[in-house]
This record gives sequence, structure tokens and C-alpha cells, in this order.
Amino acid sequence: MVFKMKFIKKSPWILHYDGSSCNGCDIEVLACLTPLYDIERFGAINTGNPKHADLLLITGSVNEQNISVVKQLYEQMPNPKAVVAIGVCAATGGIFKDCYNVQGGVGEVIPVDIYVPGCAARPEAIIEGVVLALNKLERRKSPRKDA
Amino acid sequence: MILRIALALFAVPIAGGLLAGMDRIITARMQRRKGPPLLQPFYDVIKLLQKEATTVNMITRFFTTFSLCFTILAVVLLFTGQDLLLCIFAFTLACVFFVIMGYSGYSPYSFIGAERELIQIMCYEPMILIAAFAFYEVSGSFHVEVVWKLDQPLITRLPLIFLGLMFILTIKLRKSPFDLSMSHHGHQEIVKGITTELTGVCLAMVEITHWFEIIFSLALVYIFFVSSAAYMQVLAVFICLAVYFLEIVIDNVFARVKWKNALKISWIVTGVASLANFVILGLL
Repeated sequence: MVFKMKFIKKSPWILHYDGSSCNGCDIEVLACLTPLYDIERFGAINTGNPKHADLLLITGSVNEQNISVVKQLYEQMPNPKAVVAIGVCAATGGIFKDCYNVQGGVGEVIPVDIYVPGCAARPEAIIEGVVLALNKLERRKSPRKDA
Repeated sequence: MILRIALALFAVPIAGGLLAGMDRIITARMQRRKGPPLLQPFYDVIKLLQKEATTVNMITRFFTTFSLCFTILAVVLLFTGQDLLLCIFAFTLACVFFVIMGYSGYSPYSFIGAERELIQIMCYEPMILIAAFAFYEVSGSFHVEVVWKLDQPLITRLPLIFLGLMFILTIKLRKSPFDLSMSHHGHQEIVKGITTELTGVCLAMVEITHWFEIIFSLALVYIFFVSSAAYMQVLAVFICLAVYFLEIVIDNVFARVKWKNALKISWIVTGVASLANFVILGLL
């Protein structure tokens, strides 16, 4: 059966993963949950569980140690899913690009849907990135099959 | 009878979902946030039904379905005024299926969640049975429909039993400080506990089961306040809502306790409260 994902836009559950970042973008992601920005008013929940999540928010670059972790998190998320790379480190590796263990941006390992620029990315930009990712996600179709 | 069954099957999940939505809005307002729309729990469930269902063990879906079915059965039995003990046993069986569902996953988080769910059942089960026994002592029958014919509501004879029941409702409604096995709040130390392995349809069924559980728990509160007087039958509904509001306040005020403390506190409080109530009943 093929469904169009109409309700995913109203209930995006988010998984946040911190690669090798300076924690600046992570603090901004968590700031989205605070009373000032309150991302839950769009129905978004910060789940700690890839199997419940629709959106994967990654901050920081990928390194030798966390490549397998990032891949596993992505693979464990049920379809349809989208990835938002937050901050310049997640996009290209940023200031850590030339480190001996850094591979580069998240796009080196898993397909990224939306890149949110900034160092650190502003909460407003993160929310916009999430909304854009949801627009992409809505157009995807759910296979709804048992794996 | 048919009307009551229809009420239990269709109105209860809608009411449960709306209460869950209200819960999230009130919680958000208590934290000075705006909060999601009222219909958010329904959006969540419809989304989960549309998503891919990855099952690590096919038996998981079987147990989740049975857990939902027996919870519905318990609510139907309660709403049609059947034997209170039968309602409680059906409800407990649903909880047991839920625990086995947790053990059928392969994730260690799911295992810890299932173990904690068992501990939670140990915490609240004695009190529910004591409440049923006290119900029989006062009304002379285990049949729920008797409460509609009482001159005085049960609360006048069983105030401390009601206190004990209210205490364990916090466990049953999965509210902090007793949300050990699965928390609705993010960042629990065991990921999503017993539901860690669930996706799609299974997770949607767990959510719907919880809506039924909310109404079942509040129906137990209703039993304590209802009597033959018409105004009490209306007033009892508002008391149920007030109790639910109090649970939301407790959820927002307290931090999660360790399982040993949960067991100790709940047994001491429910034990002392019910024993004191029985002593008073004996003296009267």
C-alpha cells in the first residue's frame, strides 16, 4: 500500500545526534525546545530513539569513531525519514576539516536532505531547516511494509 | 447495554486522546511554553499508522494487539457495570501482555523497561485488589453497577483507600516520579524503555492502549464519587478531571525516583492507608 504522508508534517519526531562538534550547535538545537522557541508547538518531540524518529538532526562533522554510529542510527529509522545537517561542521567538516581523524561533512556517510548554515546555527535557522525537511518528507511516500 | 458498549469502544479512545492532548498543553503552559495543538495525540497516532513498521520479532505485534484488546475488554466490562474483579483481572492480563511484549524485543533497553514495568505492576497491583475488596466490604457486591444505587458515595466510607488509589494512579498514568519503564518526556536514561523496539503500527497501538488506560484509571476514581443522586453523577466527572489535573501537577513537580524507592514508597503509603481505613471501617 502506498500512502502520502500527510500527517508527518504535524508530528515530526526528532532524533538529535552530536558528531564531533564544539557543542555550540547542540546547545542551539536544545534551545529550540525552550519556552522562547518551543518547537513542540509544531508537534515536534525530541525522542532519544531512532526507531521512533522521523528527522535526524546531526551537528558536527563525522570522524573515524562515529561513522558506524551515524550509519546505524540512519538505518534504524523507519521510512520515510529525512536528515538535517546543522552547522558548518556538519556540512563540510568546518574548522575541524583538516584534523587527522575527521572525514568531513555528514553527507560523506549518509544522504542529507537539508543543510542549515551557521557557526553556530541560530535556533530560527534550525526551525526553518526542520520545516523545509518536513516539506520534502511530506512528498515522500511511505512503503508501509514489514521489514 | 449496547449503548454503553458503543460508548466504551468509540467515545473512550476519543476522550482519552483529548485528555492526553490537554495534558500536553497544560504541561507546556506550566513550563511557560505554548504547547502542541489539542489534537496532537491523534496526529501522532495517524502518522505512526502511516509509517513503515519495522518489527524485530513478529510476536511483538501479537502481544501489543492482545494488550490493546484486553485493555478494551476491561473498559467495556467496567462501563457495562460488570464484576469489578473481572475488570481488574482483564486489565492485569493486558499489562502482562505488555511486559511480555517488552521481553520479545532484542534491545537491552526494552528488557530493562520490561523489568521496570513488572516492578510498577508490583507497586500498584496490591492496592487495586485492596480497593476491590474494600468496594465489596462497603457495597456488599463486586458488581460495579451497585455504585449507582448507593445513598452515600464510597468516598464517605473509604477516604484513605481512595488516597492509596490516587497514589498508584500516578504509576498507572505513567507520570513522574513513577515513569520508570517508559516516559513521555525526552531523554530518559533507558531511551524509550519498554517501547524502544516498537515502530509504526505497534507504537500506535501502545498509544491507543494508553488512552484506554487513562479512562480506566479515571473510571476507578469515578466509582468512588458516584451515588444515586443525580448531581453526584455529574460532580464525579469533574472530580475525575480535577484528579487528572493534580496528576499533571505531580508529573511536573517531581523528579523520577529509583525503582527500590518506588516500591518502598508505594507499598508503605498504600499499605498504611488501606490498613487504617479497614480499622476505621471495623470500628464504625
